[in-house]
Amino acid sequence: MRLPEIKSALFRNALRTAAIMLAFAFIGTLLLASVFDVTRAPIEASEKAARLSLFKEILPAENYDNDLLASQVTIAPNALLGNRLPSIANVAKQQQQTAGVILEAIAHDGYSGDIKLLIAIRADGSISGVRVLAHKETPGLGDYIDIAHGNWIKLFDNESLEKTAAEQWQVKKDGGQYDYMVGATITPRAVVKAVKQALQFYQQNKQTLFAVNP
Amino acid sequence: MLTSYKEIASNGLWKQNPGVVQLLGLCPTLAVTTTAVNGLSLGLATALVMAAANGAVSPVRTFIPSEIRVPVFILVIAALVTVIDLSINAFAHPLHKVLGIFIPLIVVNCIVLARVESFAAKNAPTPSIVDGFSMGLGLALVLGLLGAMREIVGKGTLFSGLDLAFGPGAKQFILTVIPDYHGFLLAVLPPGAFLGLGSLIALRNWIEMRKAAKQSAGVTSPLSAVSH
Repeated sequence: MRLPEIKSALFRNALRTAAIMLAFAFIGTLLLASVFDVTRAPIEASEKAARLSLFKEILPAENYDNDLLASQVTIAPNALLGNRLPSIANVAKQQQQTAGVILEAIAHDGYSGDIKLLIAIRADGSISGVRVLAHKETPGLGDYIDIAHGNWIKLFDNESLEKTAAEQWQVKKDGGQYDYMVGATITPRAVVKAVKQALQFYQQNKQTLFAVNP
Repeated sequence: MLTSYKEIASNGLWKQNPGVVQLLGLCPTLAVTTTAVNGLSLGLATALVMAAANGAVSPVRTFIPSEIRVPVFILVIAALVTVIDLSINAFAHPLHKVLGIFIPLIVVNCIVLARVESFAAKNAPTPSIVDGFSMGLGLALVLGLLGAMREIVGKGTLFSGLDLAFGPGAKQFILTVIPDYHGFLLAVLPPGAFLGLGSLIALRNWIEMRKAAKQSAGVTSPLSAVSH
């Protein structure tokens, strides 16, 4: 074989290889696109259902009659809530009247990483319930803030800024009223602070939150 | 290469078990096995991916030029893993929350690529599927066993989180092995995974050694009968 012939044979071979790779990529993409299409609706539905059942845990369903998921307000980054990106708050309404607000708050001063909280506040400023959405605290030590590992988070139920004086919004070690587990003070300290600040946020922004009319 | 299905299955489940003999894919093995349900679920997802990947590659193995076989294999595996990831997310959403970050990692689990490369690329589709599935099942059993060990020692329960996969009705199957147990953190933390896997490997080796000892005893006994 002469040199040009070898060259063209090589070229053909390279083309063939590339074509096969492309064919596999095409089939793979087709498969993914169709599966994505089929699963999109169920995924959205189960995400919604999971969110709603979490909402129901902290704000019992008899407290509102609107579509909680649709009734949203976007909150710009705020130091009190700790959100560095716009977050979503859900406003609960009972017969057109604001019954409560579900806020997302982030505590940046946990023991390891951010602690994401979901806080339900009734219209009168009292807490209906708090849950930890995500955290990276030490398993078995700081993770009692998670409802899966203890009832500590229920200490906040029915608390409010009126009921509990500002200096009581601390863990017992710092002179406040909140219990903590010895050896894991940083975690509850961060959560208590985040919940208190969320209540302060609610107090300051009540009017804007109430004005939501979806 | 002709191997009987029985041999393929026993290779995957015992002789060449990926979890305790080949020690491939240790990352998910160690990370996910905090409970029996977690371990078993990820193991079964991996087994599904392996059977599907082997089954997908084997029929087209002659078309794949050897220069690009690894990218093609990875592409096939990645596509299948994404399909399974989306399906679990859609139909067992709470389980997806627990296993979430580990499912995409099945792509880089070397046992999957290893079986595609060493078996499916050389064998007919049916044996390849059997091989992928039994290798995966072997891994799933190890993950389930390791998860069960860590869960019992670490938390005193068995099958906690079953409701995540099968709905709240499955809660009644959660066993409290040690009542009023305060937990043994070491078993749940990463070191517990290493200790547990080490014990499992030791257990398997012990069984193999006993078997070997028995066999050699079986060979010598007729001789010794003669010498008497």
